[in-house]
Amino acid sequence: MKVLMFGWEFPPFISGGLGMACYGITRGLINNDVEIRLVLPTKRGIYAENQIEIVAADEVELTEHYRSLLESSFSFKTGKEMLANSISPYYTQSSAVEFFNKYQHLMNQEAGTHGSSVMAFSGNYGKDLMNEVFRYSITGEYMGTLKDFDIIHAHDWVSILAGVAAKRISGKPLILHIHATEYDRSGENINHNVFNIEKFGMEQADKIVAVSYYTKNAIISHYAIDPHKIVVVHNAVEKQKQIERFGIQKNLKDKYVLFLGRITMQKGPDYFIEAAKLVLKKIKNVRFIMAGSGDMMPKLISRAATLKITDKFHFTGFLNRVEVEKMYAMSDLYVMPSVSEPFGITAFEALLYDVPIILSKQSGVSEVLKDAIQVDFWDVEKLASVIINLLQDEKLAKEIVDKCQHELKNIHWNNAGYKLKNLYHAISFSHS
Amino acid sequence: MISICFYFQVHQPFRLKKNYSFFDIGANHFYEDEDSNRAILNKVSEKCYVPMNRLLLELINKYSGRFKVAFSLTGIAVEQFKKYNPDVLELFKELADTGCVEFINETYYHSLAFLFSKSNFKKQVLKHKRLIKELFNQNAKTFRNTELIYNNELARFIEDMGYTTILAEGADHILGWRSPNYLYQPAGCYKINVLLKNYKLSDDIAFRFSNRGWEEFPLTAEKYASWLHNIAGNGEIINLFMDYETFGEHQWQDTGIFNFFRKLPEEIFKHPDFQFINPDQAQDYYTPVAQIDVPYFVSWADIERDLTAWLGNPLQNSSIEAVYALEKKVMNTGDKDLIAVWHKLLTSDHFYYMCTKWFSDGDVHKYFNPYETPYDAYIVYMNVLNDLNETIIHRQHSKKKKRGIAHGQS
Repeated sequence: MKVLMFGWEFPPFISGGLGMACYGITRGLINNDVEIRLVLPTKRGIYAENQIEIVAADEVELTEHYRSLLESSFSFKTGKEMLANSISPYYTQSSAVEFFNKYQHLMNQEAGTHGSSVMAFSGNYGKDLMNEVFRYSITGEYMGTLKDFDIIHAHDWVSILAGVAAKRISGKPLILHIHATEYDRSGENINHNVFNIEKFGMEQADKIVAVSYYTKNAIISHYAIDPHKIVVVHNAVEKQKQIERFGIQKNLKDKYVLFLGRITMQKGPDYFIEAAKLVLKKIKNVRFIMAGSGDMMPKLISRAATLKITDKFHFTGFLNRVEVEKMYAMSDLYVMPSVSEPFGITAFEALLYDVPIILSKQSGVSEVLKDAIQVDFWDVEKLASVIINLLQDEKLAKEIVDKCQHELKNIHWNNAGYKLKNLYHAISFSHS
Repeated sequence: MISICFYFQVHQPFRLKKNYSFFDIGANHFYEDEDSNRAILNKVSEKCYVPMNRLLLELINKYSGRFKVAFSLTGIAVEQFKKYNPDVLELFKELADTGCVEFINETYYHSLAFLFSKSNFKKQVLKHKRLIKELFNQNAKTFRNTELIYNNELARFIEDMGYTTILAEGADHILGWRSPNYLYQPAGCYKINVLLKNYKLSDDIAFRFSNRGWEEFPLTAEKYASWLHNIAGNGEIINLFMDYETFGEHQWQDTGIFNFFRKLPEEIFKHPDFQFINPDQAQDYYTPVAQIDVPYFVSWADIERDLTAWLGNPLQNSSIEAVYALEKKVMNTGDKDLIAVWHKLLTSDHFYYMCTKWFSDGDVHKYFNPYETPYDAYIVYMNVLNDLNETIIHRQHSKKKKRGIAHGQS
């Protein structure tokens, strides 16, 4: 079984869960003896993966013949149309900018200089990004002509055009893997061009994989897709090497309550701040840490300043993987107050560091971690009271960690890989 | 006689490490960005302080006592000269030795202390007074508050401290129809006089000199002197106040700013009724024409000429309140180093970096701002302040412990 996979991010260049999930899925598939050819927009700076054949779109050389053939092709026309409609955002405008700033940041780090901003919200990469999505789809079409694979697997809307193009030219079945929909990213103010690409891809795909039932429901209700076409495969996290963990020293005595993720509307950081204010009224030996960056950051910094809690409420800005590990290891409680979270891989990460978690009922991961404490994201008072409860009752906190870790065992990446492999077989069987 | 009164402000803040992060709180107690502070001080010294001090010495010698200027050097600028470039300080001492240069007083740490702690304000002024006495052997009788922040209450406070002259911005909204080119007395004061900055003529040099879009470009010494001469009959004292860094740093050497200034005294002296004086001499020549009532704070910053460059947004308000809230705790430690570190966090520049009004003054703000955004500035500042707070708490605990042991033994 060989799969032609279209991804967009891969470690270390990740803007959110997609890159890590993509990485985990490839690991899980390899362990289930699936061969992978992974197509990415670029290979620069990507960690080498010896068992995966990685093809970088920006390195694919097209002959004149192919080029002329492709220019009259489906993806070229579709892409041109999209560009004419001046579709530009990647995820959302801000998250694209954030991603590229971060990319820049990592490149800078590699070069030895240090990015100086904890913010990541200036710059303008929108148009170039769309061009890249479009060029990527041409590469997709070209990869389709090679025909030496059994199935096509594309992740999220950015690789949809490439996946569909490969399917059209090869006749092989297409699986579309949805990690987040436009509604997750933008709330109700969706970008209609992105929505259209998503709907188009969902209709063209032979099967859709959703990362949670929450996402499956969104696909059914917002995109009017036949429920039978959608399969749920939960994501999982790999236990990271924890060398850095040893020697980590907590500098302050207070208990740490952590929010970690993009600081955007979807993640509910504003509810975290309001809950922090309530908690700090009741207990003093606690600090709140908001780790990450995003378009809502200026607003939230101002809010924290207005509430006059910045002696106990801290912003770290964007953290690299090592700092993220350190942050988890130092924390006493992890809170994910997401307004809309298709999955929420960070909840698993927190559990790897024995950190008890509080989830919003609106996060997909709450389907799996049934023993985690769950609150409605908008119920700030409830959130504050369970934070206090968990900080003060260490026995309860430990119990929750244990129970959640037990649940975690059932959803390892290998498990996800196994499910996907079975799906591949079922589809290619019915296809042939 | 009509007097020209030049006063130059010399200030360099102790900038904080831009990458001082949450992880540093409780672990790293050294906040200053020594590398950039040294680099900036040396760069500005080379471009401005050294060549301009030499030029002033040259002019003072040339006119044998008839050319005069005044300076204010902040305490923390002096500390940095001592640390990184003592030669510059020697040049300032040479200037003081000519007898033609007045060194005036301000808050040692270039702070907004008058607004938040009168007792600390007084301490800082006295500390600066001692510094100026020690460096230049002058007993200052003139005072300027940070960024020319001024109101009636400040004038009275400064009068009570024994000063006889105070400087302020000649802002339109305090002068109304009146001219800045006279000596005034602050409302409710009896001894102290106020010199009001002629902002138009000051800014012609400080901001517009090299602006090619300005209709008066290029500004020559002849032209500028003729504007001053035009005031004859309509004024007595023209107060030209500006940042010293105007010369060579804000206006680079290749704009011709040094040549302009070299020629200026000569052009001004072409009119027989013109002379240069120091601020503390104004009362020898003139009596105040009126009282000037300034109930609200004015400053020399931005088009608003108010406090909004340093105060007003939640970032600025919460951080400045937080730092002054530590005053008592810091003082109680009795630890000189800790007290100095805290004082350096009072410097107004830290709050200036957090300014979020990015309108016509945004460019000026950006020029002086080492941070990419005001939010970066705020986060670094609060991280530092939180670490200082932790340090103080730690000291208190260990003090108590020690005391406990001492008691146990007795």
